[in-house]
Formats: sequence, structure tokens, C-alpha cells
Amino acid sequence: MPEHRLTALSPLGGDAPKVDSFEVFTICENPDLALASLASRVGKGAAFAKAAKKHFGFEMPEPGKTAQKSPYAAIWVGPEQWLIEAPFSDHEDIAVELKHAFDDSASVTEQTDGWARFDVEGPVTGAVFERLCALNVGGMASNSASRTAIEHLGCIVICREAGIRYSVLCPRSGAASLHHALITAAKSAV
Amino acid sequence: MSQINRIAGGQIDRAQSLKFSFDGKSFEGHPGDTLASALLANGVRLMGRGFKYHRPRGPLTAGSEEPNALVELRSGARQEPNTRATTTELFDGLDARSQNRWPSLAFDAMAVNDRLSRFLAAGFYYKTFMWPKAFWEKLYEPIIRRAAGLGSLTGQPDPDEYDKGFLHTDLLIIGAGPAGLAAALTAGRAGAQVILADEEFAFGGRLNSETYAVGDGSGSDWAAKAVAELADLPNVRLMIRTTVIGAFDHGIYGALERVSDHLATPKPGKPRQILWRIYSKRCLLCAGATERPIAFENNDRPGIMLAGALRSYANRWAALPGKTIAVFTNNDNGLRTATDLIAKGVNIAAVIDCRNETPDVSGTEVFRGAQVIDTAGRLGLASVTVQLSNGQQKTIACDALGVSGGWNPNVHLTCHQRGRPKWDEALAAFVPDGCPPGMSVAGAAMGRLSTAGALSSGATAAVTALADIGIPAQAVDLPPAEDAPINLKPFWHVQHGAGRAWLDQQNDVTVKDVKLSHQEGYRSVEHLKRYTTLGMATDQGKTSNLGGLAIMAELTGKSIPETGTTIYRPPYTPVPIAAFAGRSAGKHFRPTRLTPSHKWATEQGAVFVEVGMWLRAQWFPKPGETHWRQSVDREVLATRKSVGICDVTTLGKIDVQGTDAAEFLNRVYANAFGKLAVGKVRYGLMLREDGMVMDDGTTARLAEDHFITTTTTANAVGVYRHMEFCRQCLWPDLDVQIISTTEAWAQFSVAGPNARKLLQKIVDAEHDISNEAFPYMACGEITVCGGLRARLFRISFSGELAYEIAVPTRYGDGLIRALVEAGKEFDAVVYGTEALGVMRIEKGHAAGNELNGTTSALNLGMGAMVSKKKDSIGSTLSEREGMNQEDALMLVGFRPVDPSQSFAAGSHFINKNAVANAQNDQGYMTSVAYSPNLGHTIGLGLLKNGGARKGEILRAVNPLKNIEIDVEVVSAHFVDPEGERLRA
Repeated sequence: MPEHRLTALSPLGGDAPKVDSFEVFTICENPDLALASLASRVGKGAAFAKAAKKHFGFEMPEPGKTAQKSPYAAIWVGPEQWLIEAPFSDHEDIAVELKHAFDDSASVTEQTDGWARFDVEGPVTGAVFERLCALNVGGMASNSASRTAIEHLGCIVICREAGIRYSVLCPRSGAASLHHALITAAKSAV
Repeated sequence: MSQINRIAGGQIDRAQSLKFSFDGKSFEGHPGDTLASALLANGVRLMGRGFKYHRPRGPLTAGSEEPNALVELRSGARQEPNTRATTTELFDGLDARSQNRWPSLAFDAMAVNDRLSRFLAAGFYYKTFMWPKAFWEKLYEPIIRRAAGLGSLTGQPDPDEYDKGFLHTDLLIIGAGPAGLAAALTAGRAGAQVILADEEFAFGGRLNSETYAVGDGSGSDWAAKAVAELADLPNVRLMIRTTVIGAFDHGIYGALERVSDHLATPKPGKPRQILWRIYSKRCLLCAGATERPIAFENNDRPGIMLAGALRSYANRWAALPGKTIAVFTNNDNGLRTATDLIAKGVNIAAVIDCRNETPDVSGTEVFRGAQVIDTAGRLGLASVTVQLSNGQQKTIACDALGVSGGWNPNVHLTCHQRGRPKWDEALAAFVPDGCPPGMSVAGAAMGRLSTAGALSSGATAAVTALADIGIPAQAVDLPPAEDAPINLKPFWHVQHGAGRAWLDQQNDVTVKDVKLSHQEGYRSVEHLKRYTTLGMATDQGKTSNLGGLAIMAELTGKSIPETGTTIYRPPYTPVPIAAFAGRSAGKHFRPTRLTPSHKWATEQGAVFVEVGMWLRAQWFPKPGETHWRQSVDREVLATRKSVGICDVTTLGKIDVQGTDAAEFLNRVYANAFGKLAVGKVRYGLMLREDGMVMDDGTTARLAEDHFITTTTTANAVGVYRHMEFCRQCLWPDLDVQIISTTEAWAQFSVAGPNARKLLQKIVDAEHDISNEAFPYMACGEITVCGGLRARLFRISFSGELAYEIAVPTRYGDGLIRALVEAGKEFDAVVYGTEALGVMRIEKGHAAGNELNGTTSALNLGMGAMVSKKKDSIGSTLSEREGMNQEDALMLVGFRPVDPSQSFAAGSHFINKNAVANAQNDQGYMTSVAYSPNLGHTIGLGLLKNGGARKGEILRAVNPLKNIEIDVEVVSAHFVDPEGERLRA
């Protein structure tokens, strides 16, 4: 990537991502992933699946699931639609890269800055999520994901490791509100 | 400070003393006490005054069904009215005050109402306060307001925090008495996910109040052992102090957990209460039963309470309401109050039993076939008058009376989805008749009133409920327990006497009121309720509903089941409004969305405005500016003179791709998009099905199969939702994929004669944005600031030479700083939404005020844009005759004839010599602004046949403020009407 002159801000408006630590729970703002929406086109199923296997090294996950093989992860977000994650440092041009790989078998849209991501970790994540959303987070298996609403924000909760590590994606403009909700729930439940 | 009515035993911790105050007086109690039990132990029976007649009252019960002992708990901002003393856990420093009395509980001047009771019977307000009419507003209403209501609010904001919570489980067990505990043990040992909730601060239900043996020990011992086992099971969640308030759809239950109400103050960061939404596959209602009284004359004196409550106070709380106690009962259960108290050495003056076959009770006299017909004792019971079976009357001195008319199963939650219970003749009570899906009932709540019955039905019901969801379970071994029938003889009210016999003590409804309601022609039980207000207080008539409808049944000659019950509704007990709000209070009522330039704008001291959930900069005051007009006028003039920058990220952006993307847009937009060239942008008009304008925006074609559609800020979500509906449901065969990119791209408008020059300092040199290479309505993917990917659109809202430039949002802050820096040489300004609005009005662009849901394309002067060469949503219905009349409203401009005058949006247009009324209405003003370019107020508005009336003088009438301004009809395009600046 060429070295342009503009500096980036994190979703919470800081030069560096915010980290909040409680005794048994941490919340980390994480802007270091590039995101793209990948939606298969009508009648191109076979070509799409082939390109996916080739480029990612895995099959696209079923509803409610994620799939990963470094450096990519795929999250099912709708019929024939996935959100693709890859490290920002090497994949800032993820949309261009994926369009090249999938060609006319898919519609690709950059979503990197459409979302703010908070990684939460600790053995009490279940108790914290109980104060946040109707999604049965405690019952999620590793490598699963689901949309849900947290304090009126449409979010995606990803279970990286059941009971321990999760990511919450929210619309970027609402990052401060979601962060406030996470902190408040942590203070309340932990 | 001695606890004169404290006896031995009980489940209180005498090693610790708790200080509390009631009506300014200090007392002592112990952990395990309620406020009511501690007051009784201290010899205080008088705890309140009746709502209407202000009669002295004491606790009728020992639970959440309490109608009388309502106090104001705490003071200052945390004060809460109508708190039941019977369920308030005592804590050190508790401070409570009685309600509804002035000047004091012992002497209440309002008790004069009791002498006026003839005039204050049920429904009196339907017959009074009507004459003279003029007295209503100034005299009657203020008086009624002062007299009405129970308890008071401080008016201070609630300082406590409340959480919402969400739980998922296999089996929710409501109530932790014998049935619930047996069920929880069964389900817990089977490995199911179980939630056991109880409204009380100790599990065990009636086991904590009765002296029956359960197995080898007491009921409360068995309960404690069960709870200890359950607490150790990882699959069981015990929720104490948690009332399940309602059974909602789809197996969802609401529950209010009182986390901190038993503490002096909540711990920092912790909520006072949590309102849980429990998603449960199955639910077992083990809510027990509530005792009901018998109505007789003056049955409401302090010291008169339910017989079971008396037992609770004596057995669980080691407190008595008096020293000489009598019992009035129609069943064997009531006799236990006498036997339990006698065993504790308490003086039982008499047992008055309306049945004839009552066995002897050793230690006291039993009067069979007898009734209590009256009582005496103004501030507390002093004696009862009994009518014996031989007709003679006898006065018995006593300072407490336990009354038992039987037990009502707590069926409420089984009826929360419009169910009704059924009558059980043997119990003379209503029992559940069907339940919401997934719910079953056990124990006293289903009419199994004995301990053994509750235990076994709880265990069995748990097995059945779990089998239903594929979890095998075995009923746990249960200890032996009493299984006696209660031998009840139905008896609702004593017929003797002309005085008042109380049914609903909280709303002061008597047997006479029920009779009056019947006399006035109210036959339905729902009318009885509302005419008399029986059952409408905060206790929901838990101790009075059945008594009322039994009397109504007698009067109408119908049976009780034929009379039926009123509808049961959540919440089961009162819930603070703050608990429903949870964290959505104050600033956090809803999320706030911040634009990419928010940080920069804050540094500039911008004034922000809420636009939906967004905060947008409204204007940027500079030092020395004291009025917003100064800032806004400056921003407008500077933009039109040189160049201005505005954050327009909030407008919706929808990425539309696919081989059928163009066809899709052709169908959702009224105008044509099929042939839009790659690299071009077009204004788009979107109609609703009914032909009215829904939204407008621009759509840019980046490639054959790739478009970016924009929407107004307000309609971003609505349009996206609409497009998804079209894609998924209307035309699922089209190959089109859409996703919102509103958030993903920071977007700024750069407008004014020097806009291009400014941008040429930002856009990388290899991208030619000269007028020839990048004409009006061009678009493209470019790079800026040394290689950052960006998008450029040459579109104008202001009418100036203008562009919108977009970069990924994380760089939005960097971009605006770069634009401001680069703009210094052009005296560039950053402008806010006010200046944005002024300029679009000057240009004559329709926006939200014009796209108000009642305007068509024709009204907006865009009738020709609805293409008839292809079908699109709204096209057909936009052709309706009524929408295409010759005098249809048309969007035109207005200026004041006298330029020093201004007018308001919303003014209606009336012809010069016509009367200002609805018949003569010519249309209305939609948008108004002061134009610094023209030096006077300008407006846009919808005028009948407006296009043909340019030059006409009308009146703009504002009837709300009685203002009329003469206005001239002009073109809506005040600035650059030929569009020369746009194409520069």
C-alpha cells in the first residue's frame, strides 16, 4: 500500500485503541482487521464455492457459524452473504483483493470502517452478556456468530472460544455508545 | 425501646440488632424481620390510613398481597411510595413513613371523610362535582388532585441504576415453596438447566411459616437443606428476591430481581434492580395460594389480619399483633393459628367457627355455628362481637383477630394470555384451567393445598415438563408430610348489621358498594370492578376479588363460576418504571452516532444538533460571535464567495451490485437508471406504493454492475429496509446484492467557486478533475493525499460548484484536517447543518420538509421525472385522478413584500381578500430561512396551481400567533436559477 499522508483514528476517536480491564474481564477496541462483505451472485454458486476454497482454504460457513484459516475468517451474515476478516496491516485493500479472487461470481463491498470491533475476554463473559442482549451467548459454541441488538444497536456477536473470547461488532458511529454499554454491564455483573 | 410483642423462636437473628425508624420514632429489630414484623414486635399495629375514608389500618397479611401497610421508604431522591411493609426486608438505618394521613397517623384530619361515607360511596364522583360547571377547573379539580393519589414522589431524579437482563433455560420454576423446591431438586438432579425464582428473601414459602413436621425436622429445615443442595448444582440458578411478574408470548417470562433493596445503598456500579427477560422452554408455576378473609362489619381494624399471616408472624418472625388473640374461620387451616399460638403460650380468647362440626381446641373455647358481626377499637382492635349459634350475642375482648375464609390458588400467571381459571367446588376457589404454552402448575397454585400434596405434585410435574423437552428425570424421594384436607365451608360475608364490611381495603370498597353497583345496573364483573374500583389498587385485589364477585353472584342469582373473574394482567406486583427503562435513561436513552469529524468539530467549539441518533455540527461559532445568525450567515456567505466544507457522512449510502443492479434501481426509482453511464451520477426520486414521494437522493454508477445509492439522513434505514424487502420478497429472481455503507465511508461536501482548486490540492495529480475531465454529475474512484483510496462525486445541494469526497471512515478526521489546512489559502469555512439548510433553500432544493409523506412528484415540480417507459414502485398509483388535478399543490418560492418582515414555516396561504379559514386554504409554507445573499427572509411552499401564479401577492397566515404577512409568489430558485455556477 502506498504511504499516504492521512492518519487514522480508532472508532472511539483515539490515536490508539482503548483497553478496559476489570479483574476477570477485558474489553479491547480492535481496529486491526479489514472487513469486506462477500455476497455470492445468482447462478454463480459453483464458481463462487471454487473461488472460496481456493482463496480462503475453507468452505464458506453455514448460518450461525464462522470459518477460519489464517489470515482469513468468514462470518455468515445472511443468505449467500458473509463478512470476511483479515489483518488490516496486510489486507487494507481487502475489497480489491477479494473482487480479484471472486471476479463476477460475487459482489464485494469494503466494510472495514463500517464496524467497530470490541474483543472481550474472561471467564465471566457469559454473565456480562446476560446484561446486554437476548442472544444466548452462554450457549454459543466456539466459531459461531449471530446478529443481535445491544442497547438498541444492531450488532454481530462472534464466539471465538466458548465461554472465554468473543468479539462484538457494532456500527462504527455508535462505538462510544456500545463501549459505554459494555463497561456498564461489566461493572454491574463482574 | 423494647420489643413488647416479640416472642421466642422464629427465623430471625437475635444476635444482631438493627435500628430503624417509622414516622420519626426509633425502634429495633433483627435480621430476618420485615418492617411489618419488626413494627408488630415493637407493639405498633397502626401502619396506615385507608385511601378514601382515612380509617386506621394495620397489616392484613404477611406478604406481597398486602393492601394496607403501605409506607414511604427512604427519603430524598431514593424515596419510594407505596412500599409494602410486609415485604420490606429490615436493614440497619431503615427509615419509613406512613402515607395518606395529615397531620399524623394517630390523628388524621382527613378521617372526617369517614363521617361523610354516605356521600362518598362507590361511583360518587360520577354524580358530583358537576355543578356549577364553572367550579370544576378552579375549585373541584384542584381539591380532588390534592386528595387523590397514594404516597408522594420527591420529583428528584432517580439516582439508582437498573439493568435489563436476558436468561435462557430449560425449566423456570416460579415459587420456592414445597412444590417448587421438590420440582427444582428433581430437575436439578436430572441435569436440566433450571432457574428457581421466588419473590421472597428466603426460599421455602409456607414451610417457613408452618409448624408441620416435614420428615424428621421442621419445614424450614427441609427447605434449607434443599436450597443448600441446589446452590451447589452448576446447572441450577437460584434467583431470590425475584418476582416473576408475567407470562409473555413464546415462553418469555418477565422477572424483577431486587438486587439492592435490602441494603442501605446499592454497591457502586451495581444496579438497584434487574428486569430479566427469561426465555424458558418449560415453566412450572408453583406460586402457592393466598388466603382470603371473611367480610363483616368493621373488619378492617388494626390487629385484624389473615389467620395464616398471624401464624407467619408468630412462627417465622416471632412477633404478635397483640396479647389476646381470637380466630374466626370457616376451615380447619384457620384453627392452626389457635393451636400454634397456644403451643407458644399465647392467650387465645376464642375460636369462632361458622361451621357446626368443628373439633375442640384444647386451651381455648370454640364457638361453633358462630360469626363475628362487629368489632370495636378506633386505633386498633379492642373487642369483637360474636353472634352465637343460638342467636345470642357475646362481646369478646381481644387485640388481635386471625380471619380465614379459605385459600385462593395463585392462578394469575396461567391467565396472563387471556386465560380464565375454572371453579373448583370442593375448594370453593378458582384453579387453573389451561395455561400458556409450555407452562404447567403444581402445588397449592393448582389446588393441592397440603404439604405432601405440594411436594409430590411439584416433583411429578417437573418430570413431566422435562420429558416434554427430551430430558429424562426421576421424581426425588420425598419426606413424609401432612396431607390433611381443610374441610372448608364456603362463607363470604356476614349478613348481619347495617354498617360497612370491607372487601378491598386498599381502595376502600365495601360490601355495600358491591350492592350499590348491582343496584345501579352493573352486571358484568368487569363493570363491577371499574364502578367500585374493587381490585384496582396496587394489590390488584388479591385479598378481595373473590369476596366481591361472590357477593355479586348472590345478588344476580348466578353461581360464582358463572359470574367469572376479571382479566389477569402483568405485572403480578408493582414494578418501578425505571426497571423497564434499564440503562436507557437520560443521555443513554438511545445510542448516539458520531460523525467522523466529531472530534475535530468539538475542538472547534461547534454547536451540535440531534438528527435522529446522530450528532451533527449545526454551526461553528467564531470568537466574537454571540448569536447563531452571525455564524450561519458567515458560513453561507463564505461558501458562496469562495469555498465551504461540510460533513455529510450521515446521509445514507447503499452499495448496489449485481448483473441486475441497474434493473433493480429502475424499479425502485421513479426515473430511469438503466442507461446511466459508468462514471456518472443521477438524482433519483423514490416513490411509495401509493405514489407519494418516499425519499430522494443520488445514485452513482461506478461500474456496469456497481452503483452507490444515497438517501436522506432521516430515511437511510427506511430506504435500506425497503430495498431489502424489494430484493428478497418482490423480485427474488433478480441478481442484485446490497449492503449499507453509510458507516464505512466518511463523506464531505466541498462547495463554492474555489471548490475545484481546493480539491486539486488533496486529490492525487494522476486524477484529472478539471471541468472537462470531471464535468457536473461525474463520479469516480480516485486516490487522495498520496495514495489513499477515495471516491469523488460532482453533485451539488447548494447550487454552487460542488463535490462530495469520501474516504474510509477511519481517515475522515485526517481528511477534514487536510481540507481545512489546504483551504486556508481560499479562506475556506467549515459549515454546519444550518448553513446547509439555508443554501439548499436559496437554491430551491426539496428536502425533508417538502418530502413530508403527503407530496407527490407533481407537487414537487418533478412530475415529468416519473418515467412512463418502465414500471416502478408508485408509478401507477401516482396517476390517480385526485393527485393530478389542475389546482394541485406546486412547490414555489415566497418572499415577503416588505423585506424587513419574516414569516414562519407552517403558515398557510390565503388570497389577498379572502377570509382566513380552511375552505380558503391555498397551501402552506414548508421551509423558511433568512438569506444572507438576498438580505431578507425567503421561503419554499406548496401552493395550489403555484406554477401559474408567479408574481401574485398572498397572505401567509399564522393563526397560532395571529400573524399575517404579505408574500409574493416567486421561483423556488432564488440563487443561480440558470445553474451556471453548478457547471463552472
